Amino acid sequence: MTAVLETEGLGKQYGRKWALHDCTVAIPEGKVVGLVGPNGAGKSTLLNLAVGLLAPTSGTIEVLGGRPSDGPSQLGRIGFVAQDTPTYEGMSVAKHLRMGAWLNPHWDSELAERRIKQLGLDPRQKAGSLSGGQRAQLALVLALAKIPEILILDEPVASLDPLARREFLQTLMEVVAEHGVSVVLSSHLIADLERVCDYLIVLVASHVQLSGDVSALLASHYHLSGPRRDRSALPANQAVIEESHTDKQSVFMVRTDDPILDPAWTVKPVTLDDLVLGYMRQAREAEPLHRPGLGVLR
Amino acid sequence: MIEFQLDTACGVATYLQLVQQVHQALRLGLLEPGDQLPTAQQVVAKLAINPNTVLKAYRDLEREGLVRPRPGQGTFVVASLSHTDPDTQARLLSSMARWLRSARSAGLGPDDIEAIYRTAFRNYFAEGVA
Repeated sequence: MTAVLETEGLGKQYGRKWALHDCTVAIPEGKVVGLVGPNGAGKSTLLNLAVGLLAPTSGTIEVLGGRPSDGPSQLGRIGFVAQDTPTYEGMSVAKHLRMGAWLNPHWDSELAERRIKQLGLDPRQKAGSLSGGQRAQLALVLALAKIPEILILDEPVASLDPLARREFLQTLMEVVAEHGVSVVLSSHLIADLERVCDYLIVLVASHVQLSGDVSALLASHYHLSGPRRDRSALPANQAVIEESHTDKQSVFMVRTDDPILDPAWTVKPVTLDDLVLGYMRQAREAEPLHRPGLGVLR
Repeated sequence: MIEFQLDTACGVATYLQLVQQVHQALRLGLLEPGDQLPTAQQVVAKLAINPNTVLKAYRDLEREGLVRPRPGQGTFVVASLSHTDPDTQARLLSSMARWLRSARSAGLGPDDIEAIYRTAFRNYFAEGVA
């Protein structure tokens, strides 16, 4: 597996507070990766470190085999759309494209203009008067036209209405099909991730709780329900991710590469939603001190 | 050309839904040998799904011997799953619709109807096997 983004013990400190601490991840090439985790887990900090907008306090980060701060040629290989898809309000769509052409060593102006046309955007319109969805699409076109090898998107669809969100993801997937670019996408919207991602990373309190191919992850987790029993009664090859009990019944989410043989269990497959929530809860219970105040760190 | 739909609530994996829809179209004669499937790019542009999902579905169909990719052109149907001619199918479909109407007017709900259909289906084919 070649990693497009690899970190080792990566940390970023603001004053005395660690926004990201001892983070080790490896993101494989050619995937559409969904990065999920609670607010304050360090997702945005990680992505900002990956594009060189932040410098690490400790540890290392490599993107496409180089350091993000290695200079313009390195940055030219990375496309980035920041949270809330910022654009320059007073500048027209056309001027955004000219700026992109001027600032990037490789710029496909034919692609940029074709996309803008497909989206039905008026090149003379100022970005400030575009709708949220149109602005997000413009930001995506700017990131795409530089023909990046990796595209990093920080909650790009969070503030969009359902239709704009769908259209944004359609554009994104079209580009993935056309250019085979690797994508890292952070989001809270699991239903969206389920459609577009083939690789999942759950980040909680700087730590990777779960990572892997979505289909393999779904195939190796099960919901078991049946008569009440203790987790110690489960076979050693079934790792318990989540459990709940009533006086008569027990429900487990387990991870295992082997089939479930015990006939006492009703076995059900898990959804991506179950996986993400299960691992987020597990991490929270294991490390209550790391639980951030709600939405304090952004 | 067929158009894929996605049911996100049914719990069936996305690639499998695509495979099943091609099967269905082949059975109903909507797709015939020589017809082209939408390209991965066309599918993802419509459904906003990962292109690998489409490729996986097409690979499965290829393994079943139903479609074959032609380099630079796309993926084409090479076999049929339809065993009856369109007229017979239409006749059976309308007699089924008549049966459903009579079940409905006898006060049966969709679940009741499905239970009857499943039982009849099971009994009939169990006899055939035994």
